[in-house]
Amino acid sequence: MSSWPAETKYISHSTARIDAPAKVTGRARYSSDIQAEGWLYGMILRSKWPAAKIVSVNLDKAWQIPGIKAAVVARDGSFNIRFYGEEIAAVAGTSKQVCLDALRAIEVQALVRHEFVVNENEARKPDAAQVWDGTPNAPATPHVRENGSVDTAFPECAAVIEGFYTTPVQIHNPMETHGNTVSWTDDGVTAWSSTQGISSVRDGLAGALQLDHSQVRVITEYMGGGFGAKFGAGAEGALAAKLSKEAKAPVRLMLTRFDQALAVGNRPSSFQKIKMGALADGTLHAFEAENYGTAGIGGGADAGGGGGGADIPMPYIYKVPNTRVKQAAVAVNAGSARAFRAPGNPPASFGMESAMDDLAVKLGMDPLDLRLKNDPNKIRQREYKLGAEKFGWKDKYQKPGGSPGLVKTGIGCAGAAWPAGGGTRNTQGEATVNPDGSIEFRLGVQDIGTGTRTVIAVVAAEMLGLKPGQITVRVGDTNFPPGPGSGGSTTCPSISPTVFYICTKALQQLQAQSGLADARGENWFAACKKLGVSPLVVHGQWERGLSADHACGVQFAEVEVDTETGLVTVKKILGVHDCGLIINKITLESQINGGIIMGMGYALYEERVMDDLSGVVLNPNFETYKMPGMADVPEIEIVLINMPERGVIGIGEPATVPTAGAIANAIANAIGVRVSSLPITPAKILAALGKVPPSVNA
Amino acid sequence: MKNSEPENLGAHSRRTFLKSLGTVAATAATAQVKSVAAELEKTNAEKIVGPQAVPVTLKVNGEKLKLMLEPRVTLLDALRNYSSLTGAKEGCDRATCGACTVLLGDTPIYSCQKLAIEAQGVEIITVEGLAKNERLSKVQQAFLDQDALQCGYCTPGFVMSVTALLKKNPRPNAADVKHACAGNTCRCGTHPRILQAALQAAGVATASKTEVIDYV
Repeated sequence: MSSWPAETKYISHSTARIDAPAKVTGRARYSSDIQAEGWLYGMILRSKWPAAKIVSVNLDKAWQIPGIKAAVVARDGSFNIRFYGEEIAAVAGTSKQVCLDALRAIEVQALVRHEFVVNENEARKPDAAQVWDGTPNAPATPHVRENGSVDTAFPECAAVIEGFYTTPVQIHNPMETHGNTVSWTDDGVTAWSSTQGISSVRDGLAGALQLDHSQVRVITEYMGGGFGAKFGAGAEGALAAKLSKEAKAPVRLMLTRFDQALAVGNRPSSFQKIKMGALADGTLHAFEAENYGTAGIGGGADAGGGGGGADIPMPYIYKVPNTRVKQAAVAVNAGSARAFRAPGNPPASFGMESAMDDLAVKLGMDPLDLRLKNDPNKIRQREYKLGAEKFGWKDKYQKPGGSPGLVKTGIGCAGAAWPAGGGTRNTQGEATVNPDGSIEFRLGVQDIGTGTRTVIAVVAAEMLGLKPGQITVRVGDTNFPPGPGSGGSTTCPSISPTVFYICTKALQQLQAQSGLADARGENWFAACKKLGVSPLVVHGQWERGLSADHACGVQFAEVEVDTETGLVTVKKILGVHDCGLIINKITLESQINGGIIMGMGYALYEERVMDDLSGVVLNPNFETYKMPGMADVPEIEIVLINMPERGVIGIGEPATVPTAGAIANAIANAIGVRVSSLPITPAKILAALGKVPPSVNA
Repeated sequence: MKNSEPENLGAHSRRTFLKSLGTVAATAATAQVKSVAAELEKTNAEKIVGPQAVPVTLKVNGEKLKLMLEPRVTLLDALRNYSSLTGAKEGCDRATCGACTVLLGDTPIYSCQKLAIEAQGVEIITVEGLAKNERLSKVQQAFLDQDALQCGYCTPGFVMSVTALLKKNPRPNAADVKHACAGNTCRCGTHPRILQAALQAAGVATASKTEVIDYV
């Protein structure tokens, strides 16, 4: 079986992103920067009602606006609207301004339904308005998983805690919104798409437009973030294509920031009622949980009980002999959830890790010791011990609320698991080796911002004895051999073995043709020269044995809480993470930083707020949907556990899983009371301290 | 501090507006109401632009950019959609993300909040204007060295904010950088690296805190 080289020059070291020059100079053309010949601006008219029956859509007046070249309805005939922001129609014109004018001119005749529900707790009630007519919003019986016997186990416990831990709907908010430039000609459709899955967009567009896959080409040279929300073509992709067909011109239709918050995905909420008990020595003995949450219109009874966002892994990373878990998704009139960085895991981690600390308090144990007692994973055990030493856990730990003064400090920790993160076996790629020694790799994968191009260059340079700068990498085109979607932390473990295989095969062929025993390094150019006039084209695919899945990781947080204002300042996060063989250290660190900062937003700031009475999203923008900024970001320290023997594993998702739990635990440790609802806002802290009454909505 | 009224704020200054009203008021004493309106229109005719497209000349990265734009077109829209300068990005179009940051003179501004017609006559620098002869500016080079970018969509905005900071304050500390970047949003979580890059560009030594430990 193949194995990675033991001595490396580039793998496990740091190589600056090969596309950084393009990105820092503005030369990189993102999907939203595409200016195809004769392009038009596209825009979508969205529902201002959370529930309605659209009777008719009259586009005549939109057509009369000078500069408007196409106008289409989202669906033919009469149709139902089920959430605020659902698509009604779209226009294309010569400028953004004429499109804005045209959207205002569209006449919509609608029967507005006043029966709708956007609040999970309301939606669960038997008499609640139904999101899907004739189907209850939540299943009559939840999905139940049971092990052992919780009913006999709880009385055997020395300590039992009960808590209600809740997490909000989180919005992806990639910096580049969703969208495409689509050109539909007689030859077929070309879409420059802001996507993390060029193949899935190609297939989705072909399906929506009833074209052969071969007639659709998707190009994504650069894209501005996705985090799980950008796998499909979406309604906006199909609308852009229809506009392009009608206008006989390319149409660039990028969503507005407002659109993006309503209609293209989010992380489901969770409401976790947890009861957990341990024996006197701290061994977890019984766990009972009931969880519900909403994936918007994408959840509910139609999702088969536990589906639609509520089926988070419980009791997460711990082994408890007696468990009973009941889960039920709840449909509400809101945009559907989509995959979001480690789906299910950050809410599960927050709930379980909060419960662990509450149990530690009850047992009178150090919460770190309770974890070491119960975490079955050897790698995490090692990470906890290393991290605790580096963090100075034993010195810093005080009993909850033990910190003196008005501004209190506290520490907390939490663990991560990510069951995926392995290679996708159908990943393919090819390389052209030219007689002048230049080499180009082509893979039908896309760089979501993790450094995919650079990973390809690093692996190729290592294998061929060249420098990363000598490798030309082309990605983001469905005309290239197919690659995986950038999700599940699978990209790096998919492409690294593929490039390994291509390089191995290229060297074999080059050596056979040139007669040189070793074509690598200083012999490379001489070997290539012997190709004469014909470049060598090598096709390859993912190879077994060079990658693995199941990354772990633990994080430690230190916070300061002002008990007069409720303000939390995160002072430090230490992340101890493993991802097998490190490919490019510098971009790996960036992903861990990013996971931690996004997790910090989840812990302290982020929440989609909906108005129960009007059914609208109240914060579909960056001024009221709050995300961490540079001044909020703490000192971040990273320890990487190097495990080359495991092969390559993805890191993007595990890095964001434990942050919210660690911060929540640090806050509880600082102030001596638990805030069990994310985001942990100053108002909730002051309410927990009894300084202000609790908010009616909290 | 002397609290003086600005002498010249262009067509919209309070003083010139009152002055023109005065002229009109004097005429009004002897004229019909209709002709007052006509007089007013005539007086102001030269100041009204649009709604149709008008010629606009922008000075961008040392070159003149002559465009025909409706007065409601923003500077960002003009750069991205009426010329090929797509370096400044649109992340929100409402002054909250900073991806559209450009320099107007030495001042970093949200180009989505400036009408193109108002940006005439002042030197505009976009991210495309920083590298000279293919050579990255020291801020750009620092972003590259420190991996201060992931998806890269916010990067042009951060690069411009840091560039503006260093023009004003060549030796900033971490707090200065955080203040200068307070108007820029990044969703990939690149903030610590951007801070490091800004400090590197200012000549402050930085070091990675990452440690690699073998499992076995």
